[in-house]
Amino acid sequence: MAEQAHAHEESLALREQFDTAEQQKESSTFGMWIFLITEVMFFGGLFLAYTIYRNTYPTVFGMASTSLNAVIGALNTAVLLCSSFTMVMAVRAAQLGKRKAIIIFLILTLLLGLVFLGVKAYEWNEKYVEHHIPGAHFHFEGTAEQGPAQLFFSLYFAMTGLHALHMVVGAGILSWLLYHAARGRFTAEYMTPVDIAGLYWHFVDIIWIFLFPLLYLIDRHMK
Amino acid sequence: MNTAAIEEREHYLNAGYTLKSWLLTKDHKRIAILYLITVTFFFFIGGIFASLIRVELLTPQGNLVSSETYNKLFTMHGIAMIFFFLIPSIPATLGNFFLPMMIGARDLAFPRINLLSWYLLVIGGGFALFSMLAGGVDTGWTFYTPYSTTYSNTWVISTALGIFVAGFSSILTGLNFIVTVHRMRAPGMTWFRMPLFVWANYATAVIQVLGTPVIAVTIVLVFCERVFHIGIFDPALGGDPVLFQHMFWFYSHPAVYIMVLPAMGVISEIISVYSRKPVFGYHFVAFSSMAIAVIGFLVWGHHLFVSTQSVYAGLVFSFLSYFVAIPSAVKVFNWTATLYKGSISYATPMLYAFGFIGLFTIGGLTGLFVASLGFDVHVTDTYFVVAHFHYVMVGGTIMAFLGGLHYWWPKMTGRMYPENWAKLSAAIIFVGFNLTFFPQFILGYLGMPRRYHVYPEEFQVLHVLSTAGASVLAVGYLLPMVYFMWSLRYGEVAGGNPWGATGLEWKTQSPPPVHNFDEIPVVTHEAYDYSTVAKEVIEVG
Repeated sequence: MAEQAHAHEESLALREQFDTAEQQKESSTFGMWIFLITEVMFFGGLFLAYTIYRNTYPTVFGMASTSLNAVIGALNTAVLLCSSFTMVMAVRAAQLGKRKAIIIFLILTLLLGLVFLGVKAYEWNEKYVEHHIPGAHFHFEGTAEQGPAQLFFSLYFAMTGLHALHMVVGAGILSWLLYHAARGRFTAEYMTPVDIAGLYWHFVDIIWIFLFPLLYLIDRHMK
Repeated sequence: MNTAAIEEREHYLNAGYTLKSWLLTKDHKRIAILYLITVTFFFFIGGIFASLIRVELLTPQGNLVSSETYNKLFTMHGIAMIFFFLIPSIPATLGNFFLPMMIGARDLAFPRINLLSWYLLVIGGGFALFSMLAGGVDTGWTFYTPYSTTYSNTWVISTALGIFVAGFSSILTGLNFIVTVHRMRAPGMTWFRMPLFVWANYATAVIQVLGTPVIAVTIVLVFCERVFHIGIFDPALGGDPVLFQHMFWFYSHPAVYIMVLPAMGVISEIISVYSRKPVFGYHFVAFSSMAIAVIGFLVWGHHLFVSTQSVYAGLVFSFLSYFVAIPSAVKVFNWTATLYKGSISYATPMLYAFGFIGLFTIGGLTGLFVASLGFDVHVTDTYFVVAHFHYVMVGGTIMAFLGGLHYWWPKMTGRMYPENWAKLSAAIIFVGFNLTFFPQFILGYLGMPRRYHVYPEEFQVLHVLSTAGASVLAVGYLLPMVYFMWSLRYGEVAGGNPWGATGLEWKTQSPPPVHNFDEIPVVTHEAYDYSTVAKEVIEVG
């Protein structure tokens, strides 16, 4: 009698708590969407702080924003958008069950992600050289309001830092996917991990789409 | 039925006896037991701090501990009780065990994530315990800036890290519950056939998922502020400490509903079973849970009435705080309407439910007192507030937790608890609770501030009453510990459905088999339809 309740053998595509593979896929995807909602709330706290302080200190925030390198930021945005495109291609390849294509597109996505992180590291280093890192040695030229200027860079580092942390986690997930894709784990019938990792990657991308104008482009329209 | 019959059959408890079979289990029932042990541990840790606080307050001079130690005591009492007992208490134990069973599922949607969330609670708890043993933390459980970020010389970072990690435990439990309720219901289990306990946990999960990430990022900012002095909450750099209060209470007020909504779900189950009637106005009670979850996010400003918030913001938050009382009142009225002309039996869980209704009503109504601007200015940071939230948290959540534990104990363990001892301890807890906390309403109204350990002599009588009540309460909490343990071995063997209840969790053996049901049930009737159960009770015995 007890066998009826767990009639099927457990497999990756059909864990024992589910009745059908479709139910499992729907549950996993739904779970990922809910996780992304928690991420929205997580970043939301930072966006709230940003909104309040930008409204309190509009001039200083404009100046500090203009000191960022918008060209590099824009290029990095393009890199990230391309990585989202290659991620979509990886998901498509998985849907079609093309193992080689999955691997190629995952590698491209991973490389683009790493390029983004490399550029980010370069920018952070620039801030270090310019004494724009919050703390004892902070100095921002051209304004007496050092405190609010430091606030801008605090938010800049908190937001881009947490975003970069999500990119690093994403790179880890991509590597994990690559490992399993190389072993032929993903088929047209079972590609949920690729699918939901794609959701995560696009989400991290979208966060940057908001961060870029909010941090780099506050005061550019006048120039 | 006899003892041998239980032991012959394979169920979730005898499926494995090794430590590994527990620590690596994916079975939601075993994970619930792990949670039960963990939260009970933290309940007693928090209880020890509470006892020390009460003993200190016996005399007005403050001669047991120093002011610094006293600050640490009430801080660690709050942290242990809120983050490591109350928040996980009902959802992670009773919810984990029974939510899948009540909707006819074999397990939660993500059993591995469920196990992970228990480990996160343990790791977070480890950080908190470390901080307590290493020297403690003295900021109050609220971590208000700038004290927590600049001035406190105690273990703020490790405590905050513990709460941060435990927060992810809460998030993952909520995520798991939401997906499970959406995707794992048995055939015929429509949304409006779900037991109200499931609705309550669903509403709770929504709050956990939406609220907890905000406290997480707030803690990250406190961490950065404390370590790198980035200025977000520092007025010297143009930051605003009140922003911290907004972000903190945006989570921590809804967190109150994380603590009390599942308790309300337990009460709905108990009231229905022991009056043998469907819950009056089922749909209203179900929707009131969702309403509390939604409106609960819009009231946080009532914690900032005296924190430089504008009077207009105060007015709005005051109004919304009154508004959230409506769905809560819907529940209380509907429970009492359920009792009307019911066939009431005074079993132990029902005694706890009665206790809950009375005490939660007092806690809720005094919530309206402090939601009104004028009165709140008078009692802000006094024992009136302390009494108010203890009526909701202890008189509400812990009453319901114990009631639910008694109600489902036969299902979880296959054994009955000793009824007379259980009734006695329920009575002791009720008396002890009121003796502890009612005098605190008076103390607060007379002006006794919270978080002080030296006080004017005229307050001593009330403090002595409160401490006496606390010792009665302690006896009441220790008794169930003892007889629950006793019942594991000597308790009467419980049948599949000892209460004649209607939920799916009662349609399988006690303790349940590993996969909950021999056959996935098909649901053909509404929740709490007692006309269907009479026959089954006779059959199952």
